[in-house]
Amino acid sequence: MNKVYPGADEAIIDVKDGDIIMLGGFGLCGIPENLIAALVRKGVSRLTCISNNAGVDDFGIGLMLKLKQVKKMISSYVGENDEFERQMLSGELEVELIPQGTLATRCMAAGYGMPAIFTPAGVGTEVAEGKETREFKGKEYLLEHAFDADFALVKAWKGDTDGNLIFKATARNFNPLMAMAGKITVAEVEELVPAGELDPNNIHTPGIYVNRIFKGTNYEKRIEQRTVRKSQAGQ
Amino acid sequence: MSLTKEQIAQRIARELKDGYYVNLGIGIPTLVANYIQSDIAVFLQSENGLLGMGPFPFEGEEDPDLINAGKQTITTLPGSAFFDSAMSFGMIRAGKVDLTVLGAMEVSDLGDIANWKIPGKMVKGMGGAMDLVASAKNIIVAMMHTNPKGQSKLLPRCTLPLTGVRCVKKIITDLAVLDITENGFELIERAPGISVEEIKNKTAGRLVVRNEVPEMDLT
Repeated sequence: MNKVYPGADEAIIDVKDGDIIMLGGFGLCGIPENLIAALVRKGVSRLTCISNNAGVDDFGIGLMLKLKQVKKMISSYVGENDEFERQMLSGELEVELIPQGTLATRCMAAGYGMPAIFTPAGVGTEVAEGKETREFKGKEYLLEHAFDADFALVKAWKGDTDGNLIFKATARNFNPLMAMAGKITVAEVEELVPAGELDPNNIHTPGIYVNRIFKGTNYEKRIEQRTVRKSQAGQ
Repeated sequence: MSLTKEQIAQRIARELKDGYYVNLGIGIPTLVANYIQSDIAVFLQSENGLLGMGPFPFEGEEDPDLINAGKQTITTLPGSAFFDSAMSFGMIRAGKVDLTVLGAMEVSDLGDIANWKIPGKMVKGMGGAMDLVASAKNIIVAMMHTNPKGQSKLLPRCTLPLTGVRCVKKIITDLAVLDITENGFELIERAPGISVEEIKNKTAGRLVVRNEVPEMDLT
């Protein structure tokens, strides 16, 4: 068994036009930068992308949108991207907006082997249109299905050669959920170590969920909203 | 005088109690963090996966891997914890978060809220708002009483697409504090110097006014 790939291009060699792909990250935090760059280089098209956000014009999934590689976007929030807006309004890009917790839990359900979940999010709103509902203890819930994705592309902080992953701070977000949910899961990591070097107590995603792993390079980690406070006198 | 956004945040901060886990939305709600009383311990939840959110970092100490749900760089406080997005909304759905404060474009006198979509305008998405309003035990809306055209945002029925139904418990605006009751908006407090008459004129939904309505205490 060898899960270790030389780089992003080799790790996505079999992604095809029309595939359904999950991409981890919240905004630009914790996105699989190397894998997105490889998808851009590969030029695959008609992709359905499941990702909380759609990047910005010149970074993240925005790079794939610019080249019209994305047919459909499934997200909870898609601001901050002019090209996205243009394609959505012109009808070139199909967009399905779903509540963020529903998005996360539909990933989780896939990774837990459950076909569907019931959630109260969206009851009584247009999100509920056409969906099966059911009452539990006097409260109404929507039935939402687990995602079915061909690939999950995630970014972790540390990983080992068996595919075990550790995430950092809020760069965790959707990454461990999507890692569990892909038919094939590819993880890029900042630090790749031999199996046995990571403390098993600290593993967030067990390697069983990860099919391919490689050490990413040249992380830009762009910040969307750089907010700071003035340093106090003497600091 | 109607309240400034900072004063609305200051008044909302008085609703926070010791030991509360609180989710603050974007806009005025974010400002609430600046007015939390120093003698209580409050954990701020950021739905991208953090409990125990701290203030913005000092310049040069920003960490791109540490942001809040508004994508701003932040810090953590002692006792904080990170988790994934499913657990984040899990704790919200399970009613573990004591209070959610969020902004709104419209609120109805039944407690319905609209804050994510304006027909004809670019729709950016609901983010976590629908999950939050569907599950939070206590929801306070922070908003201006009227829109920029001077029209009431407190309505008999929301005209915009809904984010959630019958979920808002309290509204704190630049003019008043109001509770949602089965009889509509009940006027609890008014901003200093604002008359009950003015609040009546600017509230389109059903408004209940009991005898004496005290002014807000912002000290």
